[in-house]
Amino acid sequence: MEENKAKIKQFLMRFIRKPDLDDDDDIFALGFVNSLFAMQLVMYLEKEFAIVIENEDMSLDNFRTIHRMLAFIEAKTSAK
Amino acid sequence: MARTIKCVVWDLDHTIWSGVLLEDERVTLRSGIADILEALDRRGILLSIASKNEYTHAMDMLRSFRLDDYFLYPQIHWNTKSSSIQTIAREMNIGIDAIAFIDDQPFERDEVASVLPDVLCIDVRHLDSLLHMDAMKPRFITDDARNRRQMMKADQHRKTAEASFEGPQEQFLASLEMKMVIHPAGEADLQRAEELTVRTNQLNSTGTTFTYDELADLARSPSHVLLVAQLTDRYGTYGKIGLALIEKKERERIWTIRLLLMSCRVMSRGVGSVMLQHIIRRAQQAGMKLSAEFIPTDRNRMMYMTYKFAGFTEAGKTGGKVLLVYAGDEVPPPPAYVEVEALEVSS
Repeated sequence: MEENKAKIKQFLMRFIRKPDLDDDDDIFALGFVNSLFAMQLVMYLEKEFAIVIENEDMSLDNFRTIHRMLAFIEAKTSAK
Repeated sequence: MARTIKCVVWDLDHTIWSGVLLEDERVTLRSGIADILEALDRRGILLSIASKNEYTHAMDMLRSFRLDDYFLYPQIHWNTKSSSIQTIAREMNIGIDAIAFIDDQPFERDEVASVLPDVLCIDVRHLDSLLHMDAMKPRFITDDARNRRQMMKADQHRKTAEASFEGPQEQFLASLEMKMVIHPAGEADLQRAEELTVRTNQLNSTGTTFTYDELADLARSPSHVLLVAQLTDRYGTYGKIGLALIEKKERERIWTIRLLLMSCRVMSRGVGSVMLQHIIRRAQQAGMKLSAEFIPTDRNRMMYMTYKFAGFTEAGKTGGKVLLVYAGDEVPPPPAYVEVEALEVSS
């Protein structure tokens, strides 16, 4: 879990200018919603955690914060 | 749909010029070639090179013929031509099926055709008919087409700047000082609008293309709004790169986005969501609900994400068509790295 968290954070740091990003910070409220980032985030999570993100999974709520992403990955991997 | 060629990739020896650069003391330009290159360039078709040669030597020769400026991302080395074409497609961000390849050698054409069957391979013997091929004839020559090579060059400078930029992407995007101007399509925008629907497939929300006449009708229709977006940054203009068609059903208090598309040229700028947010804000100001039609294709997943990440949810499916509705109650703040200006009339 901690390892996953570190990985995601490292990925986000390549995009977002907020070095002290907290696990519960809403990255979309930071004004950083953009179609390219969304695509890269989804593709990164799929590859890094070997999950398939279906259309119905693609809601803001699954990706809003680092915590939400972790919970989403958890749910996806345990459902396999 | 008939194919549209966006880039013609040329061999050099016995194709652009007669003779072999490394063997012959002098090579001479193939007659009429300069006119053909100029004509393609004016049509907005990009030009590049896949040649097995020594880079500096070949570029010097092109310069002496005053042709070097025409070619973007020239691939002059000893690797296979199929790999050169893949590099060009990647750098220009265009599909393999939008590329034509001209070479005198059957071996090279076969190599390309076997690895990349979607490339249109042309024997240089058929050069005379090149300009008359349908695939080489865009229906209109828009300002955007005429400036395409310059815009692609500006893009090369941006990419160099991006590659050497250290820091998060958001900071790089901010350094570009991008400005988007959104306005209703005027008569002069319709040709470019048609061109956008024909040329864009990766970032087209319904995969639909519209003809000039259809767009002209829609732009005049009181129940529709056709919006065009232009983007500029410190390196220059990207031209008109976005299009949105909105159907307004005032009585039902709902607007429906029938089409949202962005030129592939700005894919890495993340501006699809900027235009979408603009529409969301407009709908909210007008007190209207907002929905969007989406037809999944094998290439437009990014557009789907743009909607979902902007706060749209699926409300139903009919046939292959997905209906999305905006479920958010607040508008996300516009990204800090793009300045948006909305005009009421076409610019």
